[in-house]
Amino acid sequence: MNERIEKRIELRAPLSRVWRALTDHREFGEWFGVKVEGPFVPGQLSQGQITIRGYEHVRWQAVVQKIEPESLFSFTWHPYGIDPKVDYSKETPTLVEFRLQKTAGGTLLLLTESGFDKVPANRRAEAFRMNDGGWTQQMKNIESHVAHRQ
Amino acid sequence: MSRIGSDMSAAKRRHHAAVCAALGDETRLSLVTTLSRGEPRSIAQLTGGSRMTRQAITKHLRVLESAGIVHSVRAGRESLFEFDPQPMNELQEYLGRVSAQWDQVLSRLKTLVER
Repeated sequence: MNERIEKRIELRAPLSRVWRALTDHREFGEWFGVKVEGPFVPGQLSQGQITIRGYEHVRWQAVVQKIEPESLFSFTWHPYGIDPKVDYSKETPTLVEFRLQKTAGGTLLLLTESGFDKVPANRRAEAFRMNDGGWTQQMKNIESHVAHRQ
Repeated sequence: MSRIGSDMSAAKRRHHAAVCAALGDETRLSLVTTLSRGEPRSIAQLTGGSRMTRQAITKHLRVLESAGIVHSVRAGRESLFEFDPQPMNELQEYLGRVSAQWDQVLSRLKTLVER
């Protein structure tokens, strides 16, 4: 089982336009909310300052994985890696993948973020309060966010 | 990047990953499903319904226990295992939040390319 988040979104724009918005570091920064400091290069660290109000002091970092023209763009990163006191490099990052497909009306974007299960389950749980929320429903909810694969 | 609007600690995130990893196995998922139906059960009861050995079931229960998904309680000479929904509730909430943040980020992308 590979815990992942999946999104599909139809964009009324040509594939080449969407590809540019994803992989041109300036355009990426515009919708992602970060001033990326240089072009994306596979295998290299990409970083920049967050531009979302209230978080301008935060550095954004990701390692670009794949750039397969007009088809796949991916990077690894540490979601929620915003505490300057924490060294996230020791944690296993998640993998974010953007896949594009041409459709009649424009472009289909498939996003996945995977790898939420990569840290070994060797830690004692924190002390959790008991909660009698509907468990069966929770299980269904998790399945709707998380595809059970492999 | 709206996901940064969370103050979730690194320890919490590691814990979510541990819960995911603990559930990333068919046997453990089926043990959780059984235990989540209600009363605590012994290793013997849990082994009864499966083709696995007592040792194998015990090993899986320990993984679930270390992620906080089950707890063992003493009942006379036996150890019983009971389900604790809290870690799963928190995981669900976490994935829900990450998911909602992607929705926001992707809608900004949509606005940009459809402009």
